[in-house]
Amino acid sequence: MEWEVVIGLEIHVQLSTKTKIFSGASTAFGAEPNTQACAVDLALPGTLPVFNENALRMAVMFGLAVNAEIGKRSVFERKNYFYPDLPKGYQTTQLAEPIVGPGFVDIETEEGVQRRVGLHHAHLEEDAGKSLHEDFHGMSGIDLNRAGTPLVEIVSEPDMRSSKEAAAYARKIHAIVTTLGICDGNMAEGSMRCDCNVSIRPKGEEKLGTRTELKNINSFRFIERAIDTEVARQIDLIEDGGTVVQETRLYDPDKNETRSMRSKEEANDYRYFPCPDLLPVIIDDSYIEAIRETLPELPDARRERFISEYNLSEYDAGVLSAYSAQADYYEQVVKLSGDTKLSANWVMGELAKFLNQNDTDIKDSPVSAEQLGGLLVRIKDNTISGNIAKKVFELMWSKGGTADEIIEAEGLKQVTDTGAIEKIVDEVIANSEKQVEQYKAAEPDKRGKMIGFFMGKVMKATGGKANPGAVTGILKQKLDALCD
Amino acid sequence: MFDKTLAELAQGLERGDYSSTELTQAYLQRINALDSQYNSFITVTEEQALAQAKAADEARAAGNGGALCGLPIAHKDLFCTQGVRTSSASKMLDNFVSPYDATIVSRLKNAGTVTLGKLNMDEFAMGSSNESSFYGPARNPWNTDCVPGGSSGGSAAAVAARLTPAATGSDTGGSIRQPAALCGITGLKPTYGRVSRYGMIAFASSLDQAGPMAQTAEDCGMILNAMAGFDPMDSTSAERDMEDYTAELNQPLAGLKVGLPKEYFSDALDAGVAEQVRNAVAEFEKLGATVKEVSLPNTELCIPAYYILAPAEASSNLSRFDGVRYGYRCEDPADLEDLYKRSRGEGFGAEVKRRIMVGTYALSAGYYDAYYNKAQQIRRMIQQDFVNVLNDVDVIMGPTTPQTAFKLGEKSSDPVSMYMEDIFTLSLNLAGLPGISVPCGQSNGLPVGLQIIGNYFAESKLLNVAHQFQQATDWHKQIPAGVEV
Repeated sequence: MEWEVVIGLEIHVQLSTKTKIFSGASTAFGAEPNTQACAVDLALPGTLPVFNENALRMAVMFGLAVNAEIGKRSVFERKNYFYPDLPKGYQTTQLAEPIVGPGFVDIETEEGVQRRVGLHHAHLEEDAGKSLHEDFHGMSGIDLNRAGTPLVEIVSEPDMRSSKEAAAYARKIHAIVTTLGICDGNMAEGSMRCDCNVSIRPKGEEKLGTRTELKNINSFRFIERAIDTEVARQIDLIEDGGTVVQETRLYDPDKNETRSMRSKEEANDYRYFPCPDLLPVIIDDSYIEAIRETLPELPDARRERFISEYNLSEYDAGVLSAYSAQADYYEQVVKLSGDTKLSANWVMGELAKFLNQNDTDIKDSPVSAEQLGGLLVRIKDNTISGNIAKKVFELMWSKGGTADEIIEAEGLKQVTDTGAIEKIVDEVIANSEKQVEQYKAAEPDKRGKMIGFFMGKVMKATGGKANPGAVTGILKQKLDALCD
Repeated sequence: MFDKTLAELAQGLERGDYSSTELTQAYLQRINALDSQYNSFITVTEEQALAQAKAADEARAAGNGGALCGLPIAHKDLFCTQGVRTSSASKMLDNFVSPYDATIVSRLKNAGTVTLGKLNMDEFAMGSSNESSFYGPARNPWNTDCVPGGSSGGSAAAVAARLTPAATGSDTGGSIRQPAALCGITGLKPTYGRVSRYGMIAFASSLDQAGPMAQTAEDCGMILNAMAGFDPMDSTSAERDMEDYTAELNQPLAGLKVGLPKEYFSDALDAGVAEQVRNAVAEFEKLGATVKEVSLPNTELCIPAYYILAPAEASSNLSRFDGVRYGYRCEDPADLEDLYKRSRGEGFGAEVKRRIMVGTYALSAGYYDAYYNKAQQIRRMIQQDFVNVLNDVDVIMGPTTPQTAFKLGEKSSDPVSMYMEDIFTLSLNLAGLPGISVPCGQSNGLPVGLQIIGNYFAESKLLNVAHQFQQATDWHKQIPAGVEV
């Protein structure tokens, strides 16, 4: 049977406010446990929440960026359950009246599949603390630094039909929130976390199959792998005559499998009701319009501009605009180098390679856009070749410095003096009798390919510093002269 | 000296008849000597009190003393007090020393008041008799076999026994006004939002309101001046200009329009209470007020609506007491579930557990619409009833309670009859309106309270009306037999 996959995502985005959603404690990541939890975060008796307006502003920005209705009246509710990292015994969240109503985003997979994904709604809520089960023999540690960090939970419609679409959707949300500057986008630190609702149904069937929820997936790659794994499990199960049970499952990236966490029968009755400590949040059109004025250029618009203004391919424009810090970096490099394609190749190529290998965010790149731009200028003006530039880049990454400083210090300046190059070319030709004979014997239209051998010899002899364009020209001229 | 009101003591301090230190020592000695009869204090903070008194004397000597500087008061034990046990009269918080002051505590501190200690109450403010306290019931100074009312029973008993000139209380369904009535003192529940709730251990957040309890309306006004006002730490506190609640006290009452709800004077009302309340109303007519009958048609729905909403909020508010971070934790928990079940099972008393269970049930899936939503609708109807009547009259008057103080143990096995104690008071919490209870007579030797209800933020009017009554009568000056001053 042919199966259709149906996927909906719930994405939790930590808002980059300085303080928590209902208290004045800092939200900075990585502090000593429980040093960023004040009386309110600890839920001491008598403490009360006060809503951080910055979280509201950021949620409205998000709503506007995804073409959504903004809730002019939104209400915080209490979701009641007991857990040690939930100090009040309830999570303050929104349910019936969220801040962001229905909206949509357009996505495109790497294979070019385009789809509009509906957003059911997005709501504001507080994050819980963390339970630490290691390092405490027979006990659990509780770190409440994260408790009260503002979250926007973005709930999609079940509109995605493949794991690739799900990953593309998650990437798009990531691009939007980082471009808006409302989230640092650091998935490894949990700034963006993803729950995937996955079901399958026979192709052509309208009724949705029973879904499972895959919890807390923290990379785009894992979204794809977790969904693929779960879809395969569901297909096997059904084709073997079984039925899918509605439950929450955990994806284990090490074993590449999903396993059951809790089933619907064990689910809590959360006893939602409006939080009496917080007033309904009422905003008007002028508040919303003032925020609309502050919106930066969004990823879709930037992608279009990269295509029209910079002549980039759709693919390059899509990749470069997907992450605002990368897009900013790229534009800065273009400004300095004056070459849109060369800049794109370097940002998506050598720079991306080094960032990946060193697990570094582009915001923390040891090579700044100014340094890279300076390097590309030296390629453009033939001071160095592309290959030498890679060497310079490596030194820049490891030791710092401008392109000019490194070229000078390492003596990497390209040899463009044709007299010097001619001398070396003559030597190479004189020492390569066999290859010269082959060259002469070849059909004229095959000779171009054979230049590479001589090219390599010349470059080796010059330590790579000879200008490749000049070498090619001189080689061709001298070799062709031998053929006449 | 102990029969003096707060206002009179302030004059004595101003004249230099005594210092705050002398005053404070005198009250501390009196508490030590007499409170074993009343059990009105949970904690006496002698050391801090004397330090505060010394500071107040110095401030006054330097000319920096305000109206309350150097005057002793005491706090209900659900207001967080830095460095002092704050128990809410529960085993759950018997070991809890607050690291911070409630907003009203710090405001009263800044005004120069001296805190004698922390007062007994029903556990987590849940009760009308003070019998649910982990520390045993406070007793009514008029008859120590009787309850002082609740939940602010310790506050009312301490003021009635003249162990403190004034106290703070909190009122979720009548917890200031009912004990004030039963102990023959004056107690004001302000408009919801007038006084910050920050640092007041929550029972039902949308109903809780702190207020003053003292011998007279004038004293209540003095205390309210320090307590009231917007607090950025409490999102539900009202952003309004401050006013001087003693400024209007002496306005004459000629032309005051008084409404008497016919529903408050049914046959169920104790005859002695009814008589005293009618006498009081007649006194107001003498003072120039005009009186008419009005109707609050949904009065009978108050109790069922309240006993859905208050427990629903309480069930959630009390979830934080889980044995994890502070407060009572059971011995040797086997696992997390055991930790929760036994810490809460052993740490909470019977009435608290009853309300948590009622509230949990009312919020459960499938019952929410039938109970919580319906109760919210009734709440709006009740509010509208009051709005309609208060468009027509300046104040509403009636009995604070259906009867005078009852015997210890009389109602503790019958929760519903206990809940009926609050029939006249809790509608104000549902509506968010202010109300004051003033002593207006006695029945069988026990005090009767008159409740005066005003419009939103009409505390000055209520205090004025009550003060004029107290200028014309001396019920508030009656001291229980056996209480020597």
